[in-house]
Amino acid sequence: MIDTVFTVLSNSPIAQNTFEMVLSGDTEGIRPGQFVNLKLPGYYLRRPISVCDHGPGSLTLVYKVVGHGTELMASLEKGAALDALTGLGNGYDTSLPGEKPLLIGGGAGVPPLYALAKKLLAEGKRPAAILGFNTKSEVFYEDKFRALGLETFVATADGSYGIRGFVTDAMDVEYTYFYTCGPEPMLKAVYEKSRTSGQFSFEERMGCGFGACMGCTCKTKTGYKRVCKDGPVLTKEEIVW
Amino acid sequence: MVNTSVTLSGLTLSNPVIPASGTFGYGYEFAEIYDINCLGSFSFKGTTREPRFGNEPPRIAEAPSGMLNAVGLQNPGIDKVISEELPKLRKVFHKPVVANISGFSIDEYVECCGRIDKEEGVGLVEVNISCPNVHNGGMSFGTSPESAAQVTRAVKAVTRKPVYMKLSPNVTDIAAIARACEDAGADGISLINTLMGMRIDLKRRAPVIRNVTGGLSGPAVFPVALRMVWQVYEAVNIPIIGMGGITTAEDVMEMMLAGAAAVEVGAANLVDPFASKKIVEALPAVMEKYHIENLTDIIGGAHHG
Repeated sequence: MIDTVFTVLSNSPIAQNTFEMVLSGDTEGIRPGQFVNLKLPGYYLRRPISVCDHGPGSLTLVYKVVGHGTELMASLEKGAALDALTGLGNGYDTSLPGEKPLLIGGGAGVPPLYALAKKLLAEGKRPAAILGFNTKSEVFYEDKFRALGLETFVATADGSYGIRGFVTDAMDVEYTYFYTCGPEPMLKAVYEKSRTSGQFSFEERMGCGFGACMGCTCKTKTGYKRVCKDGPVLTKEEIVW
Repeated sequence: MVNTSVTLSGLTLSNPVIPASGTFGYGYEFAEIYDINCLGSFSFKGTTREPRFGNEPPRIAEAPSGMLNAVGLQNPGIDKVISEELPKLRKVFHKPVVANISGFSIDEYVECCGRIDKEEGVGLVEVNISCPNVHNGGMSFGTSPESAAQVTRAVKAVTRKPVYMKLSPNVTDIAAIARACEDAGADGISLINTLMGMRIDLKRRAPVIRNVTGGLSGPAVFPVALRMVWQVYEAVNIPIIGMGGITTAEDVMEMMLAGAAAVEVGAANLVDPFASKKIVEALPAVMEKYHIENLTDIIGGAHHG
């Protein structure tokens, strides 16, 4: 965990209620699947946001406006300073996926899979992606996943774009392992449909975000785990629904 | 050179800053980012006889200048705390620790306090009779002078180390409860635990926290905590550990002027993991600013006549 201050380089809408914020600052040690915990002016608790992409000195967050905190985030302009705790959470383990991992993201769960895709590619794997959204106006990053060279499927629940239905309706492809992030009902559907082992990234209301307050504990087959510190990524084998 | 040391029932602390139970785990998360031996002590996560999962999530909500929690005493249970957590804790913290004990019956308080009392490295026992987030236990012992005295008496009979009773602010007369604890033999009083509150999610038209209510902490409660420490200081002659929303070294001084012999820092640790360390480091300069040589000189210093 590092306590650091980022500077907003850009912050703009990329889909309905969805913003992409690019920040400059210390990104040392950040891994795909981890999150940063942001201190927003006027709010007491920090806001945990998953890391979408990161490079030396640069961090990209893609977030959905769902409440007052994210509304305030969306109003931040270039040059704004943001206090952040970084390097939080366990992140995805890329030592297991075999040749052809499948990335399955739903809505605000899509962003962390982008950094993961880059890492898997760098390790010589051939990932594919299924991105699920409610409707066409909410679709984002399809082109970015394609630009990385991933075979990319998009599903919308109302059928306004791509495959009509849910991410699970696009899962009849060949894969050796999977990684998924999205709302819990989607994660559960992926769990039931999946034919291989995989990793799931969970979301929970957090107090501290670094394992001290026990605010986000969940039950697993291997004991109680703090979503913030022992997660947010859990393996298929340990999940208790 | 200012002197920041304070004494609690014969236990000398290099400074009065103690991270509060439930905001510091067993110390490891913080020991990863700074040397926690700079702290006066710390109060470890509330421990019960049996391991507890606690409440179903969500357990946390935002509040103006504060937060609500309804963790519900998640802890590994006294056996594991003694066999696993304390040995690990001793590797990262070399000073006497405050052992925070909770319970659902007098028997449970007695068993846990009696066992933790024998542990080397425990400086004092803080008995939580004020958890607002569990049912049929916790706070129900701390809301009447009679039951508070009953727990105090029972625990005192099985302990040698100083016993501090941690009180709830969710009562009509905090002074009467503190006095009852003192009369029953308590060595000191810790206050305040969190204030019961709630939030409602407009979209779902339902409470944000699954437990419906949670405990409010953070700067929002500081004036309430200060008032209660003030009242208890006027009511008892035993030392007080004051807590509730402390965020700065100035808050520490206010709390001590109201009557606290030491302080606990809670919610602040969760939003700034370095908060307790920063307060310790800021204390000497603030003391100098207000011409204080010995911190103990100001305890209760705002009470005149």
